[in-house]
Amino acid sequence: MSDAIIASIVLWGFVFIYSVMATMDFGAGFWSMVYINRTKTGATNIANRYLSPTWEVTNTFIVALVVAVYSMFPGAAYTLGTILLIPGSIILLLLALRSAFLVFSHIAEEYKKILTYISGIAGILLPALLISVLPITHGNYVFFTENSQTLDLVKLFTSPNEYAFIGFAISSTLFLSSLLLSDYSKVSGELEAYRIYRKDAMITGPISLVMAFLIMLTLKQEANWIYEKMMNDLPLLILSVICFIIAGVALYIPNFSKNKSMGIPRVAVVAVTLQYLLASFVYGRAHLPYMVYPHVTIESGFTDPNSFHAIFATYIAGFAILFPGFIYFWKMFMHDNRYLQKKQQ
Amino acid sequence: MDDLVIARSMFGTTMAFHIIFATIGVGLPFMILMGELMYQKTKDFQYAVMAKRWTKAFAVLLGVGIPTGTIAGVQLSLLWPGFMEVIGRVMALPFQIEIYAFFIEALFMSIYVYAADRIPPWMRIVSLTLVAIGALGSAVLITNVHAFEGTPAGFRIENGEIVDVDPWKAFFNPSFFVTAGHVALSAYTTGAFVVASIAAFKMLKNTVDSKLYLFHKKALLLSVVIGGIFALLTALNGHESAQYLHKYQPEKLAAAEGLFETQTHAPLAIGGFTDKETQEVKWAIEIPWALSFLAGNSFDTKVIGLNDFPEEWWPPLFIHTLFNVMVGIGSLLILLAALTIFWSKWLEKKHFPKLLMWLLVFSGPLSVIAIESGWIFACTGRQPWTIYRILSTADSATTAGNLGVLFTFFIIVYVILAAAVLFVLLYYFKRNTVEDDLLKAEAKGIPSISTNT
Repeated sequence: MSDAIIASIVLWGFVFIYSVMATMDFGAGFWSMVYINRTKTGATNIANRYLSPTWEVTNTFIVALVVAVYSMFPGAAYTLGTILLIPGSIILLLLALRSAFLVFSHIAEEYKKILTYISGIAGILLPALLISVLPITHGNYVFFTENSQTLDLVKLFTSPNEYAFIGFAISSTLFLSSLLLSDYSKVSGELEAYRIYRKDAMITGPISLVMAFLIMLTLKQEANWIYEKMMNDLPLLILSVICFIIAGVALYIPNFSKNKSMGIPRVAVVAVTLQYLLASFVYGRAHLPYMVYPHVTIESGFTDPNSFHAIFATYIAGFAILFPGFIYFWKMFMHDNRYLQKKQQ
Repeated sequence: MDDLVIARSMFGTTMAFHIIFATIGVGLPFMILMGELMYQKTKDFQYAVMAKRWTKAFAVLLGVGIPTGTIAGVQLSLLWPGFMEVIGRVMALPFQIEIYAFFIEALFMSIYVYAADRIPPWMRIVSLTLVAIGALGSAVLITNVHAFEGTPAGFRIENGEIVDVDPWKAFFNPSFFVTAGHVALSAYTTGAFVVASIAAFKMLKNTVDSKLYLFHKKALLLSVVIGGIFALLTALNGHESAQYLHKYQPEKLAAAEGLFETQTHAPLAIGGFTDKETQEVKWAIEIPWALSFLAGNSFDTKVIGLNDFPEEWWPPLFIHTLFNVMVGIGSLLILLAALTIFWSKWLEKKHFPKLLMWLLVFSGPLSVIAIESGWIFACTGRQPWTIYRILSTADSATTAGNLGVLFTFFIIVYVILAAAVLFVLLYYFKRNTVEDDLLKAEAKGIPSISTNT
């Protein structure tokens, strides 16, 4: 395996981790807004209990992702930086409002509602813009000249493919977050909240799957090269759909079984994570070697080999140092009943 | 305005806004840690109440500091793709390691705040120490990129190509320690004086010798001692920074001092404005020979003047004023701290004169102004380069036009955030007074204050 391939795997790993964490993060913010008036169910409470300690960590991943792009693929960073100026700036502005008002909403109790609404709405728009980076890298909306590149925003926002991606991002955000929160509320013993999130996951799950099919359909028209290459991995895509079905079964058990089963959301969370992992692997592999089709490849954008080796060494060292920290963090907030089952003060 | 000026203004605005939160975000955790340690040492729960209140303020400030930091990091590649292409190849290590510092800060900040009542006291101190280390680490590492811009190392340019890359040599570029040290020390100074400001203001507002007065006096003395120590260290380090300029970026030192002719026994100009036409610093107080001594520890040191450089390499001459503001405020802070400590410890007076109190009220805002002046001095003083003598600012900037609209949006969002953060801080601390916190701590006994939420 060449260094560039290793680097692209690392980068794609970051993309995947951030997308999963961010969908849960933005989704939890959105649900806490939706259920803000239904105080008795504890649904908002559960969302906030998950969100409060995690948002900072999640946010660090987007910085890690951007840094990974420019430290491993500085050549591609040039093109990406240029064409993403406008969408990137909008993302930053929304992200700033979202994070700040999320924090403020926990401090200024009297203004909780309006602050939660601002951060919730900004949060649900963010996945739509973030995912737009993918269709942009397919190259159809980028205008290459001798020394510069420009993004054709009108062409981007009139393309059905872009909207399929947006629909997928938003429905996946709602799906993954409600699924995670259903598991989180079950371990927290908040049964009312569990029922609500389980129902949400049952509704948004199929929608996200339909959106995924729409992406494939529109890709076939607009970026056939990547569609063809994705279809080479059809078995993996089918496996991904099977994971989705497993998750569905894990959630629907109470509807079929006669004894008092509540469903096994933990299995659903794992299966769905696997589903997205498989699908994103297929997509990522098909995208190679292009970073921005057709002019920027992982080879052309790759950094100096010395720099890459130094960075890779810090990845290993950094991971070794941080791993215990993550474990401790996980124990404190995902695994400690004193935290999970704390009654609202 | 042309696009380059807008790009610079836009990034400058982001940084100017971000560094307020970033600097306090480095300084405040240190103060919280000191508060916690004082509490563990003296068992005086008032220190724990202080630490708790500072933590709350810190959490609110993080709400702006983190997203604006994210903006700064991403805007680097959006606005300066040419610069980041070189940085990515040569100087990616500090960014990369900074991520780990961020993670440490984020993980343990959440643990310190949301798990405080579930962890033992020693773990609280460990978590807090890790938060402080993470915050300091990210400041030091990001400043390293700035140091590299002034004293690039670890690569060569051959026929327009970057060759012979040695990333660790770039990382340990000549001015890394002195520049990063300056930022770290001045952040601790600022964090302490921001606390001192508020404490002094509250002392003026409360009846002398009342319970609240004494509470704030404790906070004032703690912060003034810490602030004074770090202000002094900042000055010592600043002296070394100036000598580094003399060695590595002589035109920056020349512009900072308004020196046009190369000379030994060069004078130090304090105050005034540099006049390009007459080649002198108008209305300045000149101290003969002092600049030579400062630059090289000897009056015989030859200090190179601006006329030895082509004019297009000159930094803007107004940096003289910024330099003076930074040094002036820094010196004032040392004086203020010395006076306060002298008054309280040697003269053993229980109360401070009104004038001193008001000066202390302004010490926080002044130190923020010093930080801003210092950063603007450091970055505009490097112009016309982003990487000294290697990459020009013009070649670094984005080729995309129409930045004006985006710039406007960013300004609007910064104004909203600034207003909101002030509002939220005032709102919170008005509703949760020191009295409430003290009563709560007294009523429930010491263990109960272990919650920071």
